[in-house]
Amino acid sequence: MKCQICDNPATVHLTDIVNKKKRELHLCERCARERNLIPEPPGPQIDLKALLNLLTNPFPQAGATEPTTAEPVATACEACGMTVAEFKATGRLGCPHDYESLRSTLEPLLERIHRGMTHVGKAPRAVRVRDWKTQMHAAIAAEDYEEAARLRDLIRTAGE
Amino acid sequence: MNLDSLLPNLGEWLRGTGPESDVVVSTRVRLARNLADLPFATRATAAHKAEVITRAKEALAKSDTQHKLEYTDIPSMAVLDRQFLVERQLISRELAGGLDGPRGVAFDPTETASVMVNEEDHLRLQVLRSGFALDEAWQDIDRLDDALEQRLSYAFHTQFGYLTACPTNVGTGMRASVMLHLPALGLTKQIDKVFRALQKINLAVRGLHGEGSRAFGDLYQISNHVTLGKNEAKILGEIREVIVTILQYERQARNAIVKERRQAEHDRVARAIGTLGSATMITAEETMELLSAVRLGIHLHLLDSIPVTAVNQLFIHTQSAHLQKLAGHTLDGEERNSARAKYLKAKLRELGSHK
Repeated sequence: MKCQICDNPATVHLTDIVNKKKRELHLCERCARERNLIPEPPGPQIDLKALLNLLTNPFPQAGATEPTTAEPVATACEACGMTVAEFKATGRLGCPHDYESLRSTLEPLLERIHRGMTHVGKAPRAVRVRDWKTQMHAAIAAEDYEEAARLRDLIRTAGE
Repeated sequence: MNLDSLLPNLGEWLRGTGPESDVVVSTRVRLARNLADLPFATRATAAHKAEVITRAKEALAKSDTQHKLEYTDIPSMAVLDRQFLVERQLISRELAGGLDGPRGVAFDPTETASVMVNEEDHLRLQVLRSGFALDEAWQDIDRLDDALEQRLSYAFHTQFGYLTACPTNVGTGMRASVMLHLPALGLTKQIDKVFRALQKINLAVRGLHGEGSRAFGDLYQISNHVTLGKNEAKILGEIREVIVTILQYERQARNAIVKERRQAEHDRVARAIGTLGSATMITAEETMELLSAVRLGIHLHLLDSIPVTAVNQLFIHTQSAHLQKLAGHTLDGEERNSARAKYLKAKLRELGSHK
């Protein structure tokens, strides 16, 4: 089958049914793309701005007529002054503390991007040692001395 | 630093050896790290950025790193030299020209490890390895990260992990990418199918120079999207699994080409060499496309006079900043195309494959 616009082989076939009327369209990929019938493949960089808008304002029509009460007004980072609006405009945060001060905006976003919310990988040594110490005290409390000794050794090696 | 000393070398990523090097050109792992008490780039003043550099330089100098990294300032560097480092995959295009303010890069003489300072994040650590070497690259960068962490206080959150300027990198801060040469999948028109499958499992595909760049010369980079909720080993494992599958597809496609249309492919490779060796004007893009055919020809044993390392050398030396460094002065677009053709002609004659 040939493309209805040019003569290249048609690879995109569209059928839409409106009021029981069926309409078919056969196009080659290029013509379909030119008419925006094929979504561009998602790029490597997620479109943060679009995603943020979608998450914070899913129904723009409804939001336009009413005062935006849902919008958190006073959320600005006390350390760097970053606001939700500015983050939405640039997609970049201002300082490490933003992860706390803009947490309510960031959490749904992180869930969308990563399908996860909690880090489970490498941690700086000081954090690892602190965790081992907590675990060691728990092991001692539970009288699991073998585990406690293992953790004590880990802490010692890291302390070097 | 005098970058001219790097010019005759291929750099780690084009060494042309390493595991599965018939398909996998190189492996790269990068980590995004930020200092706990300083603002990210969007909020940083020149003084903040200078402070990041001071601390990074000190940590680099005092740390007992396996690779001896030497720091160079970018703003004081000639534009041509910056472009040269981009072509060698040591810095990003953003660090070279898209950003302003104090910034720089430290890298080792083998060009295996580099640390960009004041890119999007305070530090961007990178390790490059020739061939398919995810574990080795990870071990290298893990050690480098440990060494720097002893002298720097990183921004780390118990729930979110390593904090980054962009939430797409938070968590591990790790992006692992593998550069593949997939000419046979391109020739047999299967490449789009492979990439559609990749997008479904949340891996990104990009061209040679990263985000937004076109895939020239059948070179593709495959990397992870997700940095939060999975540990480094799991992320690396997922990429490895996918690469192994793509490797099989590419090799099957290569075998099919040899079996079904060896003569036609031999002709295509011979014509590629013919064009490279006799053109008087040639663009970087055309050079890359033709070198891709030559590289495939070598792996299909259709050619025996040219080693892969020579193809890699032609590949890097015909990129625009390299050509200009070789010429010793700047060249405009037309001049570059003619200098490129001249270089290719001389080199191929030297290799004795073109009479």
